Amino acid sequence: MKELVEIRWHGRGGQGAKTAALLFADAALGEGKYVQAFPEYGPERMGAPVQSFNRLSDRPITLHCGVEEPSVVVVLDETLLEIVDVVRGLVEDGILLVNTSEIPQAIRRKVRLEGRKVFTVDASTISRETIGQDIPNTPMLGALIKVTGFINLERMLDDTRRRLEKKFKSKPELIDGNINAIKRAYQEVKGE
Amino acid sequence: MSLKTKGWRELPIGGLILEGGTSEMYKTGGWRSLKPIWSEEKCTHCLTCWIYCPDSAILLSDEKVQGINYDYCKGCGICAKECPTKVKAIEMVEER
Amino acid sequence: MGKISAKTGNEAMAEAMRQINPDVVAAYPITPATEIVQIFAGFKSDGLVDTEFIATESEHSALSACIGSAASGARTMTATASQGLVLMQEMLYIASGLRLPIVIAEVNRALSSPINIHCDHSDTMGARDSGWIQIYSENAQEAYDNLIQAVRIAESALLPVMVTIDGFIISHGMERIEIIPDEEVKGFIGEYRPRYTLLDEERSITMGAIDFTDYFFEHKRQQIEAMKEAKEKIIEVSKEFNSRFKRDYGLFECYRLEDARYALVVLGSTGGTVKVVVDELREDGVKAGLLKVRVFRPFPWQEIKDTLAYIPFIAVMDRSDGLSSLGGPVFQEIRSALYDIDSRPKVINYIYGLGGRDTKLHHIKQVFQDLQGIDRTGRIDGLINYLGVRE
Repeated sequence: MKELVEIRWHGRGGQGAKTAALLFADAALGEGKYVQAFPEYGPERMGAPVQSFNRLSDRPITLHCGVEEPSVVVVLDETLLEIVDVVRGLVEDGILLVNTSEIPQAIRRKVRLEGRKVFTVDASTISRETIGQDIPNTPMLGALIKVTGFINLERMLDDTRRRLEKKFKSKPELIDGNINAIKRAYQEVKGE
Repeated sequence: MSLKTKGWRELPIGGLILEGGTSEMYKTGGWRSLKPIWSEEKCTHCLTCWIYCPDSAILLSDEKVQGINYDYCKGCGICAKECPTKVKAIEMVEER
Repeated sequence: MGKISAKTGNEAMAEAMRQINPDVVAAYPITPATEIVQIFAGFKSDGLVDTEFIATESEHSALSACIGSAASGARTMTATASQGLVLMQEMLYIASGLRLPIVIAEVNRALSSPINIHCDHSDTMGARDSGWIQIYSENAQEAYDNLIQAVRIAESALLPVMVTIDGFIISHGMERIEIIPDEEVKGFIGEYRPRYTLLDEERSITMGAIDFTDYFFEHKRQQIEAMKEAKEKIIEVSKEFNSRFKRDYGLFECYRLEDARYALVVLGSTGGTVKVVVDELREDGVKAGLLKVRVFRPFPWQEIKDTLAYIPFIAVMDRSDGLSSLGGPVFQEIRSALYDIDSRPKVINYIYGLGGRDTKLHHIKQVFQDLQGIDRTGRIDGLINYLGVRE
């Protein structure tokens, strides 16, 4: 792992971009990493484009400014590709990961990206089939750890289960759905 | 009344007063410009004055008014005002 | 070694409050501090704290209730931010004047108008003369540690304390922090034995009596002295904290300052960003350093003066402007502290980050470049500068 990894999540209000960043940070912490997870706060409206961020390092992180040059960009909603410059600042050897049914080459053309690596996964379909609704953030976590290799899958599953058990005390079926979603996305993510 | 004023090192902190009932040491009778005169003959001991007096300056014994404590009476006149019109046992006079 | 976990600044502060288990918390919610009280109310409803929790109808009422509670001898805390702290302003002076050791978890947020929910230090800087000890935190760990220490500091100095974190940047940013075991926090803060309480029937006292021209000045003089003496008490508590939990805090933090030629002075989360720039500059051979003020009230001017005396070029960063036309409050006080030095450093001011404006690495680099420019030319072009504002 590089000295400092910075991740930018793009989503729409209500899709769980913030939760995904928090879950990812918590799982990375379990791997002994120093972590940060923080949302970009603006007017909070359902459906509006939102961003959240992660920093990961093997050493303490003291930076408290925004993320300008992410190593990884995760897009939870492909309709954002047309209205937000999702690859802004993405570093030379960076990764773009998009929730879409399309193949990476198609996404590369759409965002006119040269170099870097593009991955896609149909997280919305996986989410509908496993959780029963379109909440792509947890499957995207599975795809993210596959393409970055920062975190161990089993550890991620354990941490997610633990966090969700608190959140969904009364809906245990959602917990298994989320776990299956992460596993499937881990297996189904496509590279070029 | 003369109290030696203390320096800042000698005072309790926070403006605290560290004992109870210290208002008794502060005799407010000197504030009076009008003085209530109580008439033992007219008084029916209804205790209305005692209820209303804001300074607890109506002296009482065995539920009977004994007079007025001029150490604390500020001369506000509430007792004279509240004393029932048919009785009028308290009269305000110029303080001299 | 405590438990490592990932927490936001607000979660960290609420966790500290759970462990402190105060007798009374009276509060009113306000962004971005709402979560602190919300999480704490959850602890209360889950039976994890014994606290009497009072949900008031305003911040003015919240601090009023805290004052009543503290006067009756209860260990008392609250949390607020921004307009909430401003609404408490009247009661801030009463709490400190009565020498009540209340602790506020304060989340720094800009003041209206224009309305804004993001970080700057206008709110607590507006309360800097209110007689409260002020402790600024760089990150969630410091916020947690400072809040625990604040209880001890308040109770030994008999002065109220506000511990601050930067709104959203820290309050809503999740970071790795170490949580001290409950029992050890309990052992560190100890049992509160109030020196005076209104509920002691054996020793009745009066609080809040009036002072005329005869005694008011003397009581204020005492309060001034208490604030001066608080400095030593803060150092003592920090030392004991370090001996128990191995995290070292002083009145301020010096980062690569010993042989520095260029120094930045800053409070809060930006301190961490400055450290990254200092490291980069040091690799390039530039003698850069940072002084991060932790305790702003009492203002440790003597220690700051001794530390900065030999650094020729200093930039003081203010996340609020005094609107006095002479820059920010930190600048004015640091510059004043250095006045009596015969060959005093050049000191300039940068107003930054108002209303949550992001302060990026290149901004900090610019400040160091400006200091190097003054070093080269001997000329100060801008005494008060505005970092990251559009011209």
